[in-house]
Amino acid sequence: MIVENRTWTGELREAVSDLTPGVALCVVFLITMFFVAMFAPWIAPYNEAAILTNESFSPPNAEMWLGSDYLGRDVLSRLIYGVRVTLSLSLIITLLSFFSGVGLGFLAAAFGGRTDMWMSRINDAMLSFPSLMLALIVINSLGSSFVVLVFTLAFIDMTRVFRVARALAVNIMVMDYVEAAVVRGEGKGWIVWHEVLPNTLTPLAAEFGIRFTYAILFISALSFLGLGVQPPQSDLGVMVKENMQALLYGEYTTLYPAFGIAFIAISMNVFVDWLLQRSNAKLPDEI
Amino acid sequence: MSEPLLKVRNLDVSVYDKKGKPFKIVDGISFDVQPGEVIALIGESGSGKTTISLGCMGYTRPGCHITNGTVDLGGTQVLDQSLPKLQELRGKDITYVAQSAAASFNGAMTIDAQVTEIPVITGAMSREDALAKAARLYNDLELPDPDNIGKRYPHQVSGGQLQRLMAAMAMISGPRLLILDEPTTALDVTTQIEVLASFKKLIKDNDTAAIYVTHDLSLVAQVADHILVLKDGQMVEYGTTDQIISDPQHDYTKALMAAAHLMPDEIHAPPITTTEETPLLQVKNVTAGYGAKQEIIALRDIDLTIHAGETVGVIGESGSGKTTLGRLISGLMGAKNGSVHLNGQQLAQSVGQRSRDELRQIQFAFQMADVALNPRQKLNKILSRPMMFYRGLSQSEATKEVARLLERVDLPTEFAWRFPPELSGGQRQRVNLARALAAEPKLIICDEITSALDTIVAQQILDLLEDLQDELGLSYMFITHDIATVSKISEQIAVMRHGRIVAQGSVDQVLTPPCHDYTQLLLNSVPEMRTDWLDEAVVERRKLVAALDGN
Amino acid sequence: MSLWEIVRHRLVLGVGTLLFVSVLVFVGTEILPGDVAHAILGQNATPELLDQVRERLGLNEPLHVRYFVWLTNFVSGDFGASLANGADIGTEVGRRASNTLLLALSTAVIAVPLAIALGLAAAVKPGGLVDRAITSTSLMLISFPDFLVAVVLVTIFAIKLRWLPAIASIRPSYDVFDWIRVLILPVTALTFTILAHMVRMTRSAVLNVLSSPAIEMAILKGVPRRRLLLRHALPNALGPIVNVVALNLAYLISGVVVIETLFNFPGLGRYMVEAVTNRDVPIVQTCAMIFCSFYVLLNMTADILSIMANPRVRYKK
Repeated sequence: MIVENRTWTGELREAVSDLTPGVALCVVFLITMFFVAMFAPWIAPYNEAAILTNESFSPPNAEMWLGSDYLGRDVLSRLIYGVRVTLSLSLIITLLSFFSGVGLGFLAAAFGGRTDMWMSRINDAMLSFPSLMLALIVINSLGSSFVVLVFTLAFIDMTRVFRVARALAVNIMVMDYVEAAVVRGEGKGWIVWHEVLPNTLTPLAAEFGIRFTYAILFISALSFLGLGVQPPQSDLGVMVKENMQALLYGEYTTLYPAFGIAFIAISMNVFVDWLLQRSNAKLPDEI
Repeated sequence: MSEPLLKVRNLDVSVYDKKGKPFKIVDGISFDVQPGEVIALIGESGSGKTTISLGCMGYTRPGCHITNGTVDLGGTQVLDQSLPKLQELRGKDITYVAQSAAASFNGAMTIDAQVTEIPVITGAMSREDALAKAARLYNDLELPDPDNIGKRYPHQVSGGQLQRLMAAMAMISGPRLLILDEPTTALDVTTQIEVLASFKKLIKDNDTAAIYVTHDLSLVAQVADHILVLKDGQMVEYGTTDQIISDPQHDYTKALMAAAHLMPDEIHAPPITTTEETPLLQVKNVTAGYGAKQEIIALRDIDLTIHAGETVGVIGESGSGKTTLGRLISGLMGAKNGSVHLNGQQLAQSVGQRSRDELRQIQFAFQMADVALNPRQKLNKILSRPMMFYRGLSQSEATKEVARLLERVDLPTEFAWRFPPELSGGQRQRVNLARALAAEPKLIICDEITSALDTIVAQQILDLLEDLQDELGLSYMFITHDIATVSKISEQIAVMRHGRIVAQGSVDQVLTPPCHDYTQLLLNSVPEMRTDWLDEAVVERRKLVAALDGN
Repeated sequence: MSLWEIVRHRLVLGVGTLLFVSVLVFVGTEILPGDVAHAILGQNATPELLDQVRERLGLNEPLHVRYFVWLTNFVSGDFGASLANGADIGTEVGRRASNTLLLALSTAVIAVPLAIALGLAAAVKPGGLVDRAITSTSLMLISFPDFLVAVVLVTIFAIKLRWLPAIASIRPSYDVFDWIRVLILPVTALTFTILAHMVRMTRSAVLNVLSSPAIEMAILKGVPRRRLLLRHALPNALGPIVNVVALNLAYLISGVVVIETLFNFPGLGRYMVEAVTNRDVPIVQTCAMIFCSFYVLLNMTADILSIMANPRVRYKK
């Protein structure tokens, strides 16, 4: 029960020892994917855009381990670059939405009263939009580019993060230890940083995982609809769309990127589930 | 002696930790219950008393497992029954009254539907008979409007009434054994004896055997024939009620007796303080409330004076405004009228407008130490922050002082590097006090700081408060619902009811008869260790309530 | 507040939300770089032609005037004409909306009872074999992109086994059986995309109720197991479950859009995606308004239902 001198590294070691084999596998897979994304140009056997053969959907062979795509490009290389685009876009989106959503959510919770009421109202109004509709409206007006995608999806995610962060912080703000800090005369900033943040870190980390998965799925869906990442750039969603006809030729080219997305998302969700269960933390009801 | 109704033998209940290692929370308990007998299971939190009583019904909470022992109810082996058989047994032969009736009733069904549910679905009674019997029970339990109260939903009746309705639910099948799990703990002190008296009558009239689970030795003396004292899942002492009360054998039982909430035999007049000097704190004619315009009045025309080195007890039941008064003084809420003065200087209403030095002098200690301390901050940070904030100490100076402070509240200095969840409840309450002390205050507002603690630990905290007062000349405003505690430690007392102070003065003036009817009602509600106390108290209570309502 | 007052308050709020949504849809689609006239004329834009088109479309009016005209037209069922081919949007929407509705309703009718049943089955014995099977499968399913299940289904049932069509196009001559044949794959795929969340949330809502002191009390007073679940747990879990269902039917919207596109199904979702690709503003506005209104109404209904399921609100003190 009593752990002497709990330290950061100590806690990490304890956490690692708590990993079940399944969760450990997911964590290793995620780390590998991030590694692949970071070093794609060094790992990929070919240039993603290079047309290597005239044959569409050639079956896997010694030169092209996963065969060729509809233009005769190397599927494996394109997968590796696709992972890079999908993961980096999702990461940027999630980071942006997190910094803004958590910041604003904590602000609303810390100030309470009218500030909170109005911020929450505006946010609820934004939440009354199905997220795909919001994205389609913006893309209709501004076209689809990395910048538009990143900011639109970050904004959509921010409204979700705001709700969760605010709810978490509101639960902490009513605790007696916060009241103790208030009677002491502490400022809002100190209270948020020293009292609220440490007690919301675990659920926020879980929420980060959930939002990250959501960003991956959302961006893939948009790309699949032809409204996300635009050729010649491609992410995993674009690859699924491009290679749909492969199915008619009896090749599974389109399934590789589709399952790639699924495996990344599954790993992340398994990890988040484990994290929440381990710390007995609960997220305010999902949206 | 006749054959016992219930025979419990060598009962073990274990929980398994993360690694699957079992830990016994109930360890080798054996006892008998004779027909018509009431046996009390007494112990502090963690003693296993509730777990044992549930075990008698063949039930364990999630995570707990009965690993050994037998429970024999009139020849039936309870622990060997299949679930459907067990459910029959529970509905008919053994019934249960839970601690919190408010949470234990099903919000989506009427009270009648729940009270009559089991006899009706098992076919033991027709619906009409069951309803008639329920109404009779409501009447016996002295519930208002017994013919119609059952038509309501649980949220439409008060907590004290729900507790009695739950007893009706337990009695309707005419059980052989009734289990009462802290049935009055969640109630206000003055309601408590009324409910206790009706339970006692019910058990007696029906000649039902009962297991009464409680932490409060003084209360149980009124209803139990035998007492079983528990500590950490093991039996410490067993005997008749008279024997345990008059001649406890075990040290632990003696300690429980010593810490029981009883009125002192004599109330001494406090030493007269010189009233010439400016009082430390004065609350002048304060009215305050909640809501946007403070339209829901919580405090009315409050005048209160606290002198240096003095303890002022503020007593009242839930909703009396006692905590609101503490919050108002500390600046957590503003007043509609009136003012608060510190050393003769008027204080600003809110924390934000007060100077750091003013804030430093008045510290607030919260009731629940487990939520009053940030679970993610080490004690060193919790305790050094007020030193740095108010007194401008550097972190290293503060860390040195934290060690001294921990010693002063009788905690090991190495606790500075622990987190609050690693401490026991009593230790956390010491830290809670130490945080107030770290500011070097003049006045500490103690809001029910002992009421969530087990009696023995609470007594230790009270002793600590007195030591600190002698040593540092502190003043306390001691907010509580417990008139017995307050009479022991206060010089001055203010009795609050419905947002007003109804009686005020030195402890002997306020508590020596003749006193205000409400004070008398509170005094009347403090149990005494004689077996005929309850019946007298209930009669007395009726008169006092009538007099109070008359006003 | 009485029940009726709460419901009325929620209705007013719903109408307000719809208005807010309409403003956002309108403004969001009108802030093009350039304007609709540019979008129509594209390369052919000359200042004269631009003026003509603007005049014809009323683009010279101030924004708020155009909004009110658009909103009144929309409410009265006049959705305008497509910019791309001048076709009347109303007729096209009427045809496609009924297709989409059929798709969504069929999915809901299958998915909702199935999800509640699975969620209950998992919650009855938490940590048991059934629970672990259901929770881990649903955790996997929520991680699937909307199109994955569809692609796998097409591979197996349309390409390999050739039992069902891979393309869900619709002919006027279709009878009921043709419709069923066409709908099986899209409905199955959609069911999978919304099922998992619903199962997980139903499970946790029921577990929440099952761990309450009221249920412990019901066990201790001897309520038989079946009755415990149906009479004590379920009524109290109803409010949360209604919310779960509504929340997840909202996933249908994005699901519908993806699945329709994938199966070439002539519904509103694909209509909108095509319009966004072509920047056909009036169509985008119309479709967005229909989808958003559906979403808002769904949430509002769920709110009102769960308020009505709460005995504390139904029977005031």
